[in-house]
Amino acid sequence: MRQFDRHQGLVAPMDRANVDTDLIIPKQFLKSIKRTGFGPNLFDELRYLDEGYPGQDVANRPLNPDFVLNQTRYQGASVLLARRNFGCGSSREHAPWALEDFGFRVIIAPSFADIFFNNAFKNGLLLITFDEATVDRLFREAEAEEGYRLDVDLEKQQVTTPSGEVLTFEVDSFRKHCLLEGLDDIGLTLKDADAIDDFEKRHRQARPWLFRQAG
Amino acid sequence: MAGQTLYDKLWSRHLVKERDDGTALIYIDRHLLHEVTSPQAFEGLRLAGRKPWRLDTNLATPDHNVPTTLKERAEGNAGIVDPVSRIQVETLDDNCTSFGIEEFRINDARQGIVHVVGPEQGATQPGMTVVCGDSHTATHGAFGALAHGIGTSEVEHVLATQCLIQRKMKNMQVRVEGELGLGVTAKDIVLAVIGKIGTAGGTGYAIEFAGSAIRDLSMEGRMTICNMAIEAGARVGLVAVDETTVEYLRRRPFAPSEEYWDAAVADWRELVSDDDAPFDKVVELDAAEIEPQVTWGTSPEMVAGVGAQVPDPAAAGDETVQRGVSRALEYMGLHAGQQITDIQLDKVFIGSCTNSRIEDLREAAKVAKGRKVADSIQLAMVVPGSGLVKRQAEEEGLDKIFLEAGFEWREPGCSMCLAMNADKLGTGEHCASTSNRNFEGRQGYGGRTHLVSPAMAAAAAIAGHFVDVRDFGAERAANDDSQVQEA
Repeated sequence: MRQFDRHQGLVAPMDRANVDTDLIIPKQFLKSIKRTGFGPNLFDELRYLDEGYPGQDVANRPLNPDFVLNQTRYQGASVLLARRNFGCGSSREHAPWALEDFGFRVIIAPSFADIFFNNAFKNGLLLITFDEATVDRLFREAEAEEGYRLDVDLEKQQVTTPSGEVLTFEVDSFRKHCLLEGLDDIGLTLKDADAIDDFEKRHRQARPWLFRQAG
Repeated sequence: MAGQTLYDKLWSRHLVKERDDGTALIYIDRHLLHEVTSPQAFEGLRLAGRKPWRLDTNLATPDHNVPTTLKERAEGNAGIVDPVSRIQVETLDDNCTSFGIEEFRINDARQGIVHVVGPEQGATQPGMTVVCGDSHTATHGAFGALAHGIGTSEVEHVLATQCLIQRKMKNMQVRVEGELGLGVTAKDIVLAVIGKIGTAGGTGYAIEFAGSAIRDLSMEGRMTICNMAIEAGARVGLVAVDETTVEYLRRRPFAPSEEYWDAAVADWRELVSDDDAPFDKVVELDAAEIEPQVTWGTSPEMVAGVGAQVPDPAAAGDETVQRGVSRALEYMGLHAGQQITDIQLDKVFIGSCTNSRIEDLREAAKVAKGRKVADSIQLAMVVPGSGLVKRQAEEEGLDKIFLEAGFEWREPGCSMCLAMNADKLGTGEHCASTSNRNFEGRQGYGGRTHLVSPAMAAAAAIAGHFVDVRDFGAERAANDDSQVQEA
């Protein structure tokens, strides 16, 4: 997994609540058997005026000029500012893959859907939750000031605004550790292989029917 | 000591290790796989030189990409016209073969939507932890199993370690007491719950559905309810074990053998919340007050009783909510104050992991029997959840009822719930759908989805617009119950 310690980046404000996983990456792109290459189709139905399909060259597709990520001032954005319940819907990890592939490293919102939240951290994205009032204020600042950038320091759990204001955020210590070190969960869990073995033996003894196949 | 909730019991039964940072390793008993969220996980195993920890917990079937027309299905994988879809299904076959995982392939009679197949086979059992790379895994909680959706990284993690790294959720109880009105079903209960608590109302919680109205439901109805827990933001939905659960599982292929049956049942009967178990949140609904539900917007919480009107954005909560409602009405092509029953429909879809089981098809067939799909409906399709559901329905003559009424009778798969195969809505088309998500574009680019129960979908197909199924021969349907069974 890609490591994350500190990131400074341009902020794109996406003013819409309940952004669901179908909106983040529509289903026709889930047919890929790879983890990469989803960036050009991130928010496909919002970004383009036509219907997209896999394997298409997006260069010739008509862009929706009203969509935030198509506006000149937000080109190169790597911090996404979002509204409540971002990432609701499916468990498809293609959603964080698409956000990451597009170039986002940080998403800030008042709340996130559980499965999306979990998937995002496993792909090197940092998700930060601030209260509604703070997010509202960041929206106003990002919309008012062209080139609005945030400095995100995971180690210190701080976000610094262009005016020098420092906002602290909470992050799960395990997720923080994995992000800072770029650690692979599976390797970590396999360090506990003996504990899993022991559990499995006790489990099999107590409930042997869980270990039988159709017969 | 205070009692334990069902969720607490399931959690502690599977706790391998608690870590200092508050996370825990949880052992997984059943891992279901389909073609969309597994290829990258198998690839990850290969790249790292890892093997599955325990093969016999895994069960796979292709469902999202499979075509539902008989002609295409007759050719097996070769009948999948879209080459990208075909590769994904073939990749599942290849991975299952090379890793030694049991798979019900495209034309196996047992193939179907993974959340229909697991319970139908008895592969989902009370007291299990069940995961799948699919958010509707919550379905399996209907059996008193701890079941939730996972991402592809976690699919790989479960394959490699038989465990997941988890944090314990909070407990919510949704109590539905009383008797449902005639023609009102499990789907209406869960849509009413989502309407009440919102799509983020259950975030961070495991929801246990309880109360007499839930106890009175069949396993199919309980699955419909748990299936949509995720639409209320909760990864986990649960129903306690009772006689209905036990009877459903008896003699299913993967159910405990005779040798262990009694011990298993005794163990399962402990899977109820203790009377004094504390819940972090309790939500109560009166079953008698629940009307047949119809969603009018682009989120499952945008729902109303069939007798209601499309709401006015100006009267809808804070500014963010108001903007959401305005945008939804624009996308849906509806206006504030419009009667739900005035919404004209183009297509009707009866199917999906929410509502494609035998009972769902029976409910729809009761309404369709002896009637005709309205001329204005371009397509009304019934897609059974599995090959075995299809066979059962055909034995009961339901296929004939649907065909005579003008519905198409299809082969099993996820189909138009998310339109990864060829079944989809065109831009601007309104669809009465028994699926679970009415998100923008979900059923096809620019498509407009209205979530309803199977009976409501069938009634809408006949009328060409939404109608209250209670005024639409629900009484007659109830009287005809025995005839449908014997047809």
